[in-house]
Amino acid sequence: MWRFIAYRLLQAIPVILAVITVTFFLVRVAPGGPFDSEKAVVPEVKAALEAQYRLDQPLLTQYAAYLGDLAQGELGPSFKYPGRSVNELIAAGLPVTAELGLYALLVAMIIGGVAGIIASLKPNTAQDYLPMSAAMIGICMPSFLLGPLLVLVFGIYLDWLPVSGWGDIPGDKILPAITLGSTYAAYIARLSRAGMLEVMTQDYIRTARAKGLPEWQVVTRHALRGGLIPVVAFLGPAFAGLLSGSFVVETIFQIPGLGRFYVQAAFNRDYTMILGTTVFLSTLIVLFNLLSDILAAWMNPRLRTQFSEH
Amino acid sequence: MALLEVNNLGVSFVTRNGTNRAVDDVSFTVESGQITAIIGESGSGKSVACYSLLGLIPQPPGRIDSGQALFGGRDLLQLPEAELRKVRGRDIAMVFQDPMTCLNPYMTVGKQLVEPLRYHQKTPAAQARRRALELLQEVGIRDPESTIDNYPHQFSGGMRQRVMIAMALINEPQLLIADEPTTALDVTIQAQILQLIAELQRKRDIGVIFISHDLAVVADIADQIVVMQEGKIVESGDRTGIFRHARHPYTQKLLAAIPADSKAGATLSPEPLIQVRHLATWFGQGRKQEPVKAVNDVSFDIRRGEVLGVVGESGSGKSTIGRSLLRLVPVTAGQVLFDDTDVTQLKGRALKDMRRRMQIIFQDPFASLNPRMTVYDTLAEPLLLHGIENRSSVARGVLKLMDDVGLARNFVRKYPHEFSGGQRQRIAIGRALATHPEFVVADEPVSALDVTIQAQILDLMLALGREYGLTMMFISHDLAVVRHIADRILVLYRGEIVEQGTGHELFENPQQTYTRELLQSIPGRSLLQ
Repeated sequence: MWRFIAYRLLQAIPVILAVITVTFFLVRVAPGGPFDSEKAVVPEVKAALEAQYRLDQPLLTQYAAYLGDLAQGELGPSFKYPGRSVNELIAAGLPVTAELGLYALLVAMIIGGVAGIIASLKPNTAQDYLPMSAAMIGICMPSFLLGPLLVLVFGIYLDWLPVSGWGDIPGDKILPAITLGSTYAAYIARLSRAGMLEVMTQDYIRTARAKGLPEWQVVTRHALRGGLIPVVAFLGPAFAGLLSGSFVVETIFQIPGLGRFYVQAAFNRDYTMILGTTVFLSTLIVLFNLLSDILAAWMNPRLRTQFSEH
Repeated sequence: MALLEVNNLGVSFVTRNGTNRAVDDVSFTVESGQITAIIGESGSGKSVACYSLLGLIPQPPGRIDSGQALFGGRDLLQLPEAELRKVRGRDIAMVFQDPMTCLNPYMTVGKQLVEPLRYHQKTPAAQARRRALELLQEVGIRDPESTIDNYPHQFSGGMRQRVMIAMALINEPQLLIADEPTTALDVTIQAQILQLIAELQRKRDIGVIFISHDLAVVADIADQIVVMQEGKIVESGDRTGIFRHARHPYTQKLLAAIPADSKAGATLSPEPLIQVRHLATWFGQGRKQEPVKAVNDVSFDIRRGEVLGVVGESGSGKSTIGRSLLRLVPVTAGQVLFDDTDVTQLKGRALKDMRRRMQIIFQDPFASLNPRMTVYDTLAEPLLLHGIENRSSVARGVLKLMDDVGLARNFVRKYPHEFSGGQRQRIAIGRALATHPEFVVADEPVSALDVTIQAQILDLMLALGREYGLTMMFISHDLAVVRHIADRILVLYRGEIVEQGTGHELFENPQQTYTRELLQSIPGRSLLQ
C-alpha cells in the first residue's frame, strides 16, 4: 500500500517537471512581456525592472534559478502585484476557490448521484430519459451561459438569492456552487447510471432478490457500492478540474478566488504568477487523482487485499 | 398434499421480434423429502419455469400467461410482490450456478449469510452470526470462525458454493431450488457438492428442485425426473423409470449423450510427433515469492495421429501444459520436440511457421472469438496470414471450413453472438483447422456446453481428427469425456503426471488413489456399471 503511494508520488515528479518546463518556455515564446504597456516607459526604468526580476539574464539561467527557488517552495515575486509573492496570492485565493469547489462537488455528487441512480432503476423509460436528457443539457451548457441564466431567474425575477459576492450576504454561495457543479453533476449522473446498470445485471443482485430483500435494500445494500466505484474514481479529477476551471464562475459572480488571478496573470504576462498557479494546480491534480484511485481501490475488497499484501 | 404443485404454467418473453413462449403448459409436483430434477438443454425453459414461480424473471419482457403454483395452499403466481417476497428466501430458497458471480464481491460472506435471517426473522445480529457459523460448519467450511469475515474471492469455487448453500438454508426453507449448482465446478468438487445437497435434503426432509442440463449429474440423487425440451415437458417419472424405460426420443438422446464407452484402441504409428522432456513452467518468480510451479518436470510423448487425453482438476497444470507446448506461456525449463525441432528455442519466422502447424481450441467459444469479427473474417484471417489461400481463393477456403465443421454456409456473415454455444465452438474448431495444423490442443472444448451438444462436438472432433490426420491433446477435468475421445490418458495432479494409460486401463485398474478419486467423482457412474 505505502509502496504503491510512494511509487505514484515518485512518478508525479517527472510529470510536474515536464509541466513546469513546457509552461516556462511557452509563456516566454508568447509575444509581449510583463512590462510592455501602451504608454512609453523610459528605457532605463524598464531595464531596471527587468534586472530586478532577473529578466535580463539568459533564459536557461532564469530557468535554473526558478527551479532552485521552487525546490525551496518559493514561487517568486509577482510582476503585476508589486511587493506580493505568488505564494501569498495563491494563499489568499485558494481558500475561496477550494470552498467554492467543495460546494460545487457536493452539488455535483448529490444531484448527479441521485439522478443517475434513479435513471438506472428503470432504464429506457421516462424515469431514465428525463434525468439523462437533463444531464446531456448540463454537459453541453457552458457555465458562462448557465450562470447568467440562474442570476436572471433566481436573482432578478424571483429575487430569492443574491446575484454576486462571496460570504457577504447569506445565500450568495448557492448560485456559484450550482453553476460550477452542474457540468460535473451531469458527468456523475451518466457515470453512476452506467455503473449501476452494469451492477444491476450481476448475478449477485439476483441472489439478493432471491433472499426476499425489498428492492430498495437490494439497491442500497448490494448494488450501490459496486455501482459507484467509477464515480469515486472520477471525483479526484473532478475536484482538480473544479479548482482549475472555476475562473468563469468566479468572474461572473465577482468571487476573489484563484481562478481570476490565474486568468489575469495570463493576460498580464505575469510569468511567475502563471508558472506558480500552474505548478500548484498540476500538483493538486496529481494528488487528487492518486487520492481517488486509492479510495476506489479501497472500496473493492479484491484490490484491497492485493494492496495490503504489498 | 404435494409441497409444490405447478399446473399448466405458461411463460412468454415479449420482444420486438415477437413473442417467445419460453415455458409452455408445464405441470409438475415436488414432494417434501424428495429431490425433483428438471433436465433440459439451455433454452429449454427449465430455469425460467422455476424463476417465474418466485417472481424472479424481469417483467416485462417476461410475462406469465397461465397456470398456478400451489405452495402451502396459496397460489404463488397470484401473490402480490410484497407477499411473494416473504416466501422468497424464507420458505423457498435458491442456489445458483456460478458461485463466483452469485455472491456479492463487496460484502463479507458473514454479512451476506445473515441477511435472510435478519430480514425475514428480525433475528438479533449476534444470534444470526452464531447461526451462520453453525451452518458454515455443517456445509463443510473448515474453521468458520476465522473465515466468516472474509470476502468471497478468498474462497475457492467449491467453498463458495458451500457458502451459497448455507445462505439458502439459513431460514430452514421447505423448498430449495438449485439451478445447475455444480455445472461450474470440477468433477471432484461436483461430487462433493452433490453429496452435500443430498445429505442436507435428507436430514431436513425438505423438497428440492434440482435443475441441470446433465442427466448423469442427477442420476444418483434424484427421486423424480422431469425432462424439458423447448419449453415443454416431454417426459417425467421416477428415476428408475426414466433411466430404464425412457420413451421419448429426446430423453433417449440425453441418455446416449452420457459418454460411457472407452475409445476402441486404434492402431497408431509408433513414431512420436511430440516429445516432451522435463518440461517445467513456473509463474510469478518475484524476488521474494516462491514461484507457482504450475507444471513441474513433466515428460511424455504424443504419437502421430494420437489423441492424448490430459485429466486433472483446476490448478493441476493441465491447461498450462497445453499452452507451454504451443509457446503461449513462457517455459521455465525442459524441451518440447515437435518433429525433432525444439519448440522452446524457436524465434521469429521459425516460431510463426511452427504456430501454423500447432493450434488451440479454448473452453469458452464466446470469449475466445472476437465479437466484432464475422465468422468470415475469423476464418479468413489465419488463411491469409499464413499464406494458405490468396485473396481470390480465400472465400472458397472459408466455405470449405464451414462445411467441414458443419455450419450452414449462409451463416458466414454473422457475428459470434448470433450463434449458440455449440455453433460457436464449431467456429473455433474451424479457426483452429484453417491453417491445416498437424497438432491441436483442445483445452476443455466441451465443458461450457450442454451434454447433447457436447456429444455432437466430440464426434465432430473425432471425425475431423481422422479426416485431417490430426494429432490432438484433449484437456478436460472430466474423465468420462476424455475416455470417450482419447487413445491414451495422462492424469495430472499438482503439476505432475501421477498416472498414464489407456482409458480402459485407468477405468478397470487405477493404480493411484487420486485416479480412483477422479473415477468416484464421475456423475452417474452407477449408470455406467
